[in-house]
Amino acid sequence: MLDMDFVHLATFLRWIESKALDLGDRMQKGYKRIWSSGDLGLYLLWLIMHLIVSIWYFAVDLVNSLESYLISSGFMKQYKDLDISKVRYLAVVLDSEEALDTMKVLELLRWLTVMGLRNVCLYDPEGVLKRSKDALSLWLRSEGANGDALVKQKYLNLEVISFTDGKHAVAKAANFLLKKHYVNADAEVPELTESDMADALAEIGYAAPEPDLMLIYGPVRCHLGFPAWRLRYTEIVHMGPLKSMKYGALIKAIRRYTMVRQNYGT
Amino acid sequence: MEKQSSNLATQLIEGLCSFLRRCICAILSAGSLPRHVAFIMDGNRRYAKKEGLLEGDGHRVGFTALMNMLKYCYEMNVKYVTVYAFSIENFKRRPEEVQSTMQLIQEKIESLLEKESIVNQYGVRVHFIGNLKLLSKPVRLAAERAMNATAHNSTATLAICIAYTSTDEITNSVEEACKVKMDELGGNEIDSKELHIDVADVEKHMYMAVAPDPDIIIRSSGETRLSNFLLWQSASSLLYSPRALWPEIGFYHLVRAILDFQRNVTSLETKLKQS
Repeated sequence: MLDMDFVHLATFLRWIESKALDLGDRMQKGYKRIWSSGDLGLYLLWLIMHLIVSIWYFAVDLVNSLESYLISSGFMKQYKDLDISKVRYLAVVLDSEEALDTMKVLELLRWLTVMGLRNVCLYDPEGVLKRSKDALSLWLRSEGANGDALVKQKYLNLEVISFTDGKHAVAKAANFLLKKHYVNADAEVPELTESDMADALAEIGYAAPEPDLMLIYGPVRCHLGFPAWRLRYTEIVHMGPLKSMKYGALIKAIRRYTMVRQNYGT
Repeated sequence: MEKQSSNLATQLIEGLCSFLRRCICAILSAGSLPRHVAFIMDGNRRYAKKEGLLEGDGHRVGFTALMNMLKYCYEMNVKYVTVYAFSIENFKRRPEEVQSTMQLIQEKIESLLEKESIVNQYGVRVHFIGNLKLLSKPVRLAAERAMNATAHNSTATLAICIAYTSTDEITNSVEEACKVKMDELGGNEIDSKELHIDVADVEKHMYMAVAPDPDIIIRSSGETRLSNFLLWQSASSLLYSPRALWPEIGFYHLVRAILDFQRNVTSLETKLKQS
């Protein structure tokens, strides 16, 4: 018990150190900019403004970390019962640099399996995860086999995609439709509908479900080119950098999703 | 006498706010500013319910908020602004609601053409983005009139998405790309192995080809989804979801979004180069 607390404390202190270094880095960059420009006063004020924002985010991160710790330790009762069945398909968008940390990705997948999620889609723009997909599947299967009978039943349906599965897939579908409908110049071509597009994408092998929830692990809240056709009503949540991911934050994001009520435009 | 003094007080406060805004704009311009900001105007009906107004009045207050946000954006030298006014999915609402919203939209489009409107003040070119064939004739004609009247403006651009969904936009641009390619090929055999249409061809025919990809997409009322808005163009956009309902949105939220953008602009730029 005492060992676990020590590990948590060490991780926490390391996290504070990295945040302080980040802040120091930013200040140094800003300082360099001031000297390279003419308008000293304005840049100084701009730097002060960003310093205030950085301190604010630091404080918010601190509070969130504490909350995550409390959630994962089971102190917060409202997070105990989670209706995971509401999340039928989960998408995880990773910044390509962060996706290189395969061990962290595996840990995330483990957490998702433990929570009861069955269908997960991993996305990173450059296709880093596609290269590590085999390794990930192998590790997951081996872990399932080593566990007891209950754990064996928990398997994860993993889909791994990259930037080419988005815009390029639509271009390929356009070529497919060109050949199918427009080849015969005599026949009157009916207006192309969205279901025609969806069918074309399915025919060329890009039919996949639309995620209910998308978690973004990276520095920015940006979906980095996730296939547009599947993003219509997906709830998008920014989780922060992968290296500082927390189990409690994951539970909080999923619980928040289960409480959302969508109108779908009506 | 009292009315005069309260008018003077209001003018003084407005003058002070304007001065403060200009100061903050000047400070923010020390860093990079976004070129294109998009807004999803969500929360008008909830606001009306919250304040005990009639449903249509929520949209009217929302329009005032829109005019204010446009003013703040153009003061900040944001060259392109896009707003999500009406989705194709919104046609599924109650017919009376759709009718009254359309009437309001027509009324507001016509007000944009007036001399004192923001469009003339800042030299804004207006584009109506979407499947305009789905609109009723008077609204469509008003939109076309507005587009023609502002065609010569070049200082800034306002794209109003009406009868728009991203999936419809993608479908339409694929259709246009196919038609153009058919004309080019002129009835020759199509080689299935060759990629006749590429991503650039599809992007050329998008309704939103009039503007670069958005740098920031702001959705009010705290909802975290895009609801079929600019799904194709948002590959490197910062998504910001303040909890304020649309009629409650103000300069503060724009400043927060721009500060976030400035904190992340280097990493967003590298992603832009890759895509």
